[in-house]
Amino acid sequence: MGLVQIGPPAKDGDIGIMTLSLEKAVNWARKGSLWPMTFGLACCAIEMIAAVSSRYDIDRYGAGVFRASPRQSDLMIVAGTVCRRMAPVIRKIYDQMPEPKYVISMGSCATSGNIYDSYSVVQGVDRFVPVDIYVPGCPPTPEALFDGIFKLQDRIMQKRVFTKQPEQVKVVRA
Amino acid sequence: MHPIAEKIQTRFPEGFISSNEWRGDLAISVKREALHDVCAYIRTDPELDCDYMVHVSSVDWPDEAERFEVVYEVYSIRKRHRIRIKTRVPENDCRVDSMVDLWMGANFMEREVFDMMGIRFNHHPDLRRILMPDDYTEGYPLRKDFPVQGKGWRDTFDFLNDPN
Repeated sequence: MGLVQIGPPAKDGDIGIMTLSLEKAVNWARKGSLWPMTFGLACCAIEMIAAVSSRYDIDRYGAGVFRASPRQSDLMIVAGTVCRRMAPVIRKIYDQMPEPKYVISMGSCATSGNIYDSYSVVQGVDRFVPVDIYVPGCPPTPEALFDGIFKLQDRIMQKRVFTKQPEQVKVVRA
Repeated sequence: MHPIAEKIQTRFPEGFISSNEWRGDLAISVKREALHDVCAYIRTDPELDCDYMVHVSSVDWPDEAERFEVVYEVYSIRKRHRIRIKTRVPENDCRVDSMVDLWMGANFMEREVFDMMGIRFNHHPDLRRILMPDDYTEGYPLRKDFPVQGKGWRDTFDFLNDPN
């Protein structure tokens, strides 16, 4: 399950005991139950939906419990073109998610605006929410989305839980 | 000339400008002052009987004297013919009569034309922006002199500094 076993390996027939740091255990629990926010904005959402379906089955990685409420979710997958009119909504939903929270920018549009260099399309969702993982593609396949989730899980395993983290988002007040 | 165009020309000799038929599509150009009367005739005349407003759109011709063109496309479900009605609007007086009293379906489509091209519709019941936010101040995005990248609105995230 990705846990790093620190103690001596248990022999056959022994009671399954392993020793590890609490930090690792917390990170392991967090990475194994990433509950994503349903946030499909455009055609990338179709690939995200396909990733949930039985053929790809995102549930295998613990990230299949799509929540309709930001208050129950850990991960926001911004899938699709971000219009400027949608930007305050995305920011509000991000602010409503409880810590720890992660953002995956799925697809070229959410990452950079893609070909839509137009008056209404935000040139990258990272202009107003912090993004952990960028998944390239137009649209990315479910496999590419899984790769992004794996990379996010690797990052979660490296996080420090019990030491104070620097504030991730600093909002500059005018 | 198409028989429908002839019918409209004999009924409105002053308002009628020209008609054009291309690959079975009939397009009629009328003067702006006669637009509402022509449309009311097309809507109510039993032979024309166009009861379905298919689309309202607009064209920007930046080099011409009457810069904007409003295009109505109507269809008769019973008679199975469609007519495209065009009218020209100068830039300093972007006004056309609204067709909402004839076709209710024109409501949102006229709002879209107003939002994107800045053409106002007289007697429209609810002429607000429909795609862009109500407080959008950069102008009308589909005009040819509007920069494609906009004038900065897409990069202003004023909600980030909102204390709420």
